[in-house]
Parts: sequence; structure tokens; C-alpha cells
Amino acid sequence: MPMLLNGADWATALVFVPLLAALACFLVPRAADWLGVLAALLILLATLGLVQDLLSDGPLRVAVGGWGAPLGIDLWADGLSAALLLMTALVGLGVSVYAPGYFAAHPQQQRWFWPLWLLLWTALNGLYLSADLFNLYVMLEVLGLSAAALTALSGSATGLNAAMRYLLVSLLGSAAYLLGVALLYHGYGTVDIALLGQRIEAGAVATTALLVMAAGLLLKTALLPFHFWLPPAHGSAPAPVSALLSALVIKASFYLLLRLWLDLFSGLGGLLAALLPELLGLLGAAAVLWGSVQALRQRRLKLLIAYSTVAQIGYLFLGFPLAGVQAEEVAWRAVLYLALAHGLAKAAMFLSAGNLLQFAGHDRIADLDRAVQRLPLTLTAFVLGGISIMGLPPSGGFVGKWLLLESAFTQGRWGFAIVVLLGGVLAAGYVFKVVGYAFTPTEIAQEGEAVPLRMQWSALLLAFGAILLGFSAPWLWPLLGVGDPFGLPIAEVGAAR
Amino acid sequence: MIPAIDAALPPNAWLPLLVLASSLLPGLVIFFLAEQRYWTRTLLNLAGSLVKLLLVGAMLWGVFHQQQYAASLPLLPGLDLVLRVRPLSLLFLSLSAGLWLLTTLYAIGYLEDSPNRSRFFGFFSLCVTATVGVAMAGNLLTFLIFFELLTLTTYPLVVHRGTEEARRAGQIYLAHTVIAGALLLAGTVWLYTLAGTLTFTTQGFVADLVERHRWSLIAIFVLLIIGVGVKAALVPLQSWLPRAMVAPAPVSALLHAVAVVKAGAFGIVLIVYDVFGVEVAAELGVTKPLALVAAFTILYGSVRALFQDNLKRRLAFSTVSQVSYIVLGVAIVGPLATVGGLVHLVHQGVMKITLFFCAGNLAETLGIHKVSEMNGVGRRMPWTMLAFSIGVFGMIGLPPVAGFISKWYLGLGGLEAGLHWPLFVLAGSSLLNAAYFLPILHRAWFCEPPEAWPEERDFGGNKETAWLLLLPPLVTAALSLLIGLFASMPFTPLEWARLIAEREFYQP
Repeated sequence: MPMLLNGADWATALVFVPLLAALACFLVPRAADWLGVLAALLILLATLGLVQDLLSDGPLRVAVGGWGAPLGIDLWADGLSAALLLMTALVGLGVSVYAPGYFAAHPQQQRWFWPLWLLLWTALNGLYLSADLFNLYVMLEVLGLSAAALTALSGSATGLNAAMRYLLVSLLGSAAYLLGVALLYHGYGTVDIALLGQRIEAGAVATTALLVMAAGLLLKTALLPFHFWLPPAHGSAPAPVSALLSALVIKASFYLLLRLWLDLFSGLGGLLAALLPELLGLLGAAAVLWGSVQALRQRRLKLLIAYSTVAQIGYLFLGFPLAGVQAEEVAWRAVLYLALAHGLAKAAMFLSAGNLLQFAGHDRIADLDRAVQRLPLTLTAFVLGGISIMGLPPSGGFVGKWLLLESAFTQGRWGFAIVVLLGGVLAAGYVFKVVGYAFTPTEIAQEGEAVPLRMQWSALLLAFGAILLGFSAPWLWPLLGVGDPFGLPIAEVGAAR
Repeated sequence: MIPAIDAALPPNAWLPLLVLASSLLPGLVIFFLAEQRYWTRTLLNLAGSLVKLLLVGAMLWGVFHQQQYAASLPLLPGLDLVLRVRPLSLLFLSLSAGLWLLTTLYAIGYLEDSPNRSRFFGFFSLCVTATVGVAMAGNLLTFLIFFELLTLTTYPLVVHRGTEEARRAGQIYLAHTVIAGALLLAGTVWLYTLAGTLTFTTQGFVADLVERHRWSLIAIFVLLIIGVGVKAALVPLQSWLPRAMVAPAPVSALLHAVAVVKAGAFGIVLIVYDVFGVEVAAELGVTKPLALVAAFTILYGSVRALFQDNLKRRLAFSTVSQVSYIVLGVAIVGPLATVGGLVHLVHQGVMKITLFFCAGNLAETLGIHKVSEMNGVGRRMPWTMLAFSIGVFGMIGLPPVAGFISKWYLGLGGLEAGLHWPLFVLAGSSLLNAAYFLPILHRAWFCEPPEAWPEERDFGGNKETAWLLLLPPLVTAALSLLIGLFASMPFTPLEWARLIAEREFYQP
């Protein structure tokens, strides 16, 4: 079927629509609310167009402005990037619909929220579409800066403190990554991932580059023990920002790490390539357990959700040892499912927490006081998101855990299977701790502020998304396979079209 | 983008889906109804349960005449969500559909004027949806999904009252069921990696694996049985059940007779017969320990019941004991014992729900919660206590009430398998049942009533209680008499259990 726009146009639009919208929102703050929502809708449309194109024509590589690599800037997309772009578009739309309601009470924050958030979105889309390491660095830096600025929006002392810490961590992470890029460029004369994939060979340069890049990205992804900055930052930011940080921002650095691993380093062989996955798996397992236990101990809702993110990040790293050095598809697909499900579900949970906060003026879990009765839609959103987080069926989280367990049992990695199951049980513990208090009246009945319906429904629809993801295999499975991101090195994909 | 149900399916794919929808849709609509929309809510509830009952009746007739009912939805490559209606499913389906109707009627009467009814009936309907899903599951994955949904939908019912005690009970309920769910998931995935399929098959689907994976299979069996055994309240996994008694009476009825405990027992039946196959399970040597656990649970529950003064707690321990009859019947390998176990699935449900309805009536009408407060209550509420007495005789196993039929077949089944000890367990349990139930009857009928009841409510005229509260226990009491008296007529639970045993488990 001849389409008005082809895949290349959609990919370009994914970078330029949010960028232009960010500028427009900065220049015309009064129109920011509807400009932002309009941009979100356009981005979702472009993402769906790109997904459609990938499904019918396979992976995509575009030379922007007609200059190919290594001179010009290349955009490229396969199933892995498309899946994350889609999740970003859905969460982004949900948060964009939510934000006007939330910021109606804080006009000063709203002034800065829209430009920063749309810039963040530009960086996310650019990162998922970039084909060379330097471009990726630029996107990573823009991402980190806008995320730190968004964290500071609340203006409170704890918020500023957390934002400052977040900024420093983020800069340190990008610097480490840049060092790796420089090493690789020096060693192999290119920053194009496809070309690098062909030229790279085992040795000191590759090993050092791998180590510094991995360290930088782990810091940004907040894998235990680098998670220390995450709970204060995610816990103190305004609710829509927390949702963005937890659902999207950490996924971007994880994606980059995964991409580098799959396309550059996993095939190198040698001791490090054998040990690193095991180490990441162990750290991931520790993060699952430690984060969940910490979440159980929290008394404030937003901190509980933030620690839950620490735990959920851990799951993503279980894919490394389970996939082994040679790519084993099921484990990576499991990780992708978990990342997507976490994005949708965690956004829903943070937005619900924002509703409860606005409603009651606090987020003390023990004082939720019949929230179930008074904010039923919000609580439903929280619980449905929670179901996916704890991996109960039917949900995206369940499919992810099922696949992860399947791969663990097939390889006889009992330890990881136990961690996956235990993490689910602990997650049920902290989600239902909240629900239990939401059913129970406190001694002194509390009055609440009205919460606009758009805030309730955007949280609920995101949570539905996490549930529906459990039924998405018939089309998500082929999409994840486009360009064979977990199998073929990228070099062979480059010439696909 | 979401795939539709395969259009090429035969038309009878619709019945299983409609059975699900008949409680799912009313439930979802009810959530959005304002609290005072009493009649709309009642209409939706009753229409849903009547439609479900009719659909199940149609499928009973169809399956009897060898019709097939199945529907599926792709979930993962190679793994579908499958609903398939077989004779065994219908046993559980007709129990839950029939008792759901009565429990709904009862709940409407019971919850009159209490707060948050829309929420209650919404979750009530979802809970039944999950139960019929469990009944119709065509593979272990589908079973697991609906089994977990059942946990999620019953939790709000357990904590419905919103008291601190209810919150605690909910916590304990969840702690048990969620951990069990994790074990069930582990066993299921492990089994899938070994067998490559999860479809329930009449002789099980693991026979080829016994030689190479004997110990793995035994471990999987243990994981799966613990996974469902929590809901079935097998000792030592039973402690959530008596605590969950803080929930309103219709919920207790639902938990004990219709949904949760039954789903657990049904799961054990499925795992033994349709996953492992009873002969393979016996060959692995796992049925004997299971039978011993069941026997111990039967006696333990009865002994604990002896010492409870709280009426609902006494009934709860009685459930612990009675449900394990089903497990015992499954674990004694043999056709007659199977019939006894399967038929008890229905019999226990009908009899136990009668007792819970009556206990609820005593609490609602006179404020009686304890056995020691029941002196002379038979004179004040003769119809309620008549129903209660029939239930009690059934529990003890006196003919002609249904409970006698179950025990008869279980005992015969034991003898057929060359075992004598089940007879002693059954006899002991009957004695214990008599010991904790007959004193209640003695108090109720032969002791002098007190000057005043703890908290009496007036229902106008000389009525002993509201008719919506009285009707359901009378119907279930009559039913438990009738299915005992006419056990050999077609379409009684006994005949259906025989049909299952012949068609599915012990094909010549």
C-alpha cells in the first residue's frame, strides 16, 4: 500500500516534533498545555507509523540530509528501538494529558515543565534512533540535563538537593561514557556502531572502553549499588516528573547499555565478556531483593514506589547472565517485556500517587483513609499497575516474568528463578500494604481536595496499558524480531534496505 | 491491534465466553453505579446469575450429548489462553453458577443498608468470573491466570468491612495465597520447560518424562500441590481460613463453598488427573503422601473445630476438614474413590453453604456469634435451624443427606484399592463431626431460650427473619436432601461424577 509518509519521514518526525514543540512552548507559555498534548498525539501517530513501516518493510536506516555515515547523521530503527519508542509515546501521552491538571495549582512550575519535558522527549527519541556513539552521547547529555532540571521543579529544599545530586551523577555518567567513545574512536577511527561492530576486536582498548561505558551507564540506570541517587530524586520530584524519570529516563541508559553489549561487546569473547554478564546478573538479583525490602519498609507512598523502581531495574539485568554470551532470545524478550511493562505500570503508579497527594495533601501510607472509596479510579490504577509490577497475570509484567523463568529453568539457573519469584512476592507485599490501608479508615476522618478526572483517567489508562501488554504477543513478538536485534550484529542490518 | 478470537472457531466457542461475560460485564457496570441504585444493581446481579445458570445448563446438556465447547486466545508463542468445557469443568461450573445465584440473593438481603454495596457486588461478580474461569481452564497456564485472579478479586471482599482486624486478615490471606501463587508459577514454568505443553489431557501429559526426569517431576508435583493446597486449606497451610472469617457472611459462604477453597480442591483434582495422570502420579509415589496429608487434615480440622466457641470459626475448621475429603478421594487411586471425591466437591459446597447462611442469619437477626449463645434458638428461628440441622446431618454423613453418599463412595473406594485406614479416618471424622455439631443442635432445640437475645432486629410481623435471608438456606438444605435421596437419577452430582470417572480418568 503506498503511504503518504514513509518510515524515514516518521523517524525524522519523532526527533523534530518534540524539539519544535519544546521551542514553541518556551516561546508561547500560555498555549503550552494544548501545544504539549498536540505534540504528544503527533508523536504517538509518528511512532505508530514507524512501527507499521518496520513490521511491513523490516529495519530502517536513514541518512538525514542525504549524507551517509561516517560523515552525516544516521537515524536507524529496529524492533528494539521501536518497542521502546512506542512505550515512550504512550507514557508520554499519558503524562502530557495528566500534567495540565497537576500543574494548574503550580503555574510557575508549569512554565518550565513543558519545554523541559519536550526537550527530554526529543532526547529520548533521538537516543532510540541514533546510530552512532557520539550522537548517542549528545542525546544522553541532553537527557540528563533536562531530567535534572525537571527534578528541581518542585523547588523544595529536598527537591533541589536531590536534583543537584542527580545532576552530578548524570554528568559523571555521561563523562565516563564519553571517555569510552573517545577510546573507541581513537582505536578504530569511527563512531558509527555498524562500522565499529565490524572493526572492533578483543584487546585493551575494547576492554577499557567497555568498562568505562558500562560504569557510566550503570550509574545512570541506578543499578545497585549505584542506586543511591534514585529514591530521593524520584521521590521528591513533582508526580508527573517522577513518572517520567522512573518510566522512561532510566530505560534510555539501559537501552544504550543493552545496545552496546549486543552490537559491540558480547561477541568479543575473553574473560571480561564472560564475567560481566554474571556480575550484572548478581547485582540485578541483589537489587531486586534489596529494593523490594526497602520498598516494604517505606512509610511514604512516593518513596515506596521509587524503591520499587530500584527493584524493577534489577530484573532488567537478569537478562545478561541468562542470555549468556551467545544471544538467547527468550531472556532478552523477557527483559524487553519487563521494561515496557514497568514503564507503563510505574508511570500509572506515580501518577496515582500524585492524585493521592493532591487529594489528601500528604502521602503517608498509614493515613490513606478509605482512599478506595473516595478515589476509586486512582486506586484501581495503582492496583492494576501494581499487578503488573508484581508479575501477576494477566499483565505485561507476568509475561516478562514467565519468559524470564522459562529461560532460567531451561538453563538450570535455579538461583535466578528464586530471585524472580521472591521479588514478585515482596512486590505483592508492598503493593497490598498500600491497598490494605486504603481500605481502612483512620481514626480522624480526613477531607480531600477534588482531583480532576483527566488526572484520574490518564493514570488508569496507562495501567490498562500495562495489563493489555500481557495480550500483545501476537504483534509485539514479531515487532521485537524486526532486524533481529538480539541475534545479528548491527553491521549486517545496515545494508538491509 | 489486539487479536480477535479466531473467527474460524466452531460456533460453540461462544458459550464459554458468554459464561465468563455473564458475570464480568454486570460486575464492571456495577462498579460505576451510585450507591442508592438498589434496583438497577439487583437487576444486573440477578440477570447475570440467571443467564449464567441457563448457559451452564445448556452446556450440561450439550456435553452429555458429546458436544465440544472451547475457545482460545493467543498469549505467547506456543501458549494460548484456552477455555475448554469438559464434564469435570461442568461439575464445578454448575456448583458455582447455582450457588452464586443463591449467594447473590442472600447477599442482597444481608447487606441491605450497609455502605459500599456497589464495590462489594462488583468484586463479588469478578470473583465468580474468576471461579468459572478456573473451572473451564483448558491448560495449566489458563488455570494459573484465573487462580491468581481469584486471589486478587477475593481480597477486597475479605477486607470489605474496613476494620483493622479485616486489614490484618487480608494481609494474612494474601501472604498465604501470593506465596502459594509464586510456587504454582514456578512449578508451571518448570513443567513447561520439560514437557513443552501445558494442555490438560485425560491421562496426563508427563508420562514420557518419568524415566528421565523422575525427581524433577516429583518436585514439580510438590510445588503445584502446595500452590493450590493453600486455597484448599491443607494442613499446615490452612491458617488463613479461620481468620478470613471476619468478612461478611456471604463472603464466607463464597470463600468456603463456591470459590476459593473449592478452586483449590479442584486444582488438586486437575493436577493429579489431567497434568500427571493418576497412574503416573501413583507410579511416582506422590499420591500416598498426599492421601496422608489429606487424612491428617481431616482429623486435625475436626479436632480444632471441637474447641471453637465462635460459630463461624467452628464452621471454618469444619471446612478445613471436609474439603480434604475431596483430596483424599483423589489421592486414593481408584475409580470409586474418585467418584466419592468428585461428588463431595458438590456435596460439601451445598451443605456448607447452608450452614454459613444459617450462621449469618443468626448473627444478623439475633446478634448471635457464639455457640454458647444459641440456647433455644430453634424456637425463635425454627426454619433457619431446620436448614442448619439438615446441613449438620449431612456433615456427619447420616443418610439420606448428601454427605452420606460421599462417605459411602470414599469408603468403598478405599476398600477397592485395598486400603482399610481411610475407613477409620472417615469413621473418626464422622464421630468428631457429631461431637462438635450435635451439641449445637441440642442447645438450639432443647435448651431454654434466654430472656433477651444479644442484638435482636425486627423484620416486621412475626417473621423470623427477612425472606431473602431465609430462602437461600432453605433451598440449599432441600437440595442437599434431594441430591442425597435421588443420587442415582440422571444429572445428579453422583451420576455426573460417575460419568467423569468413566469418560475421562478410567477409560477401559
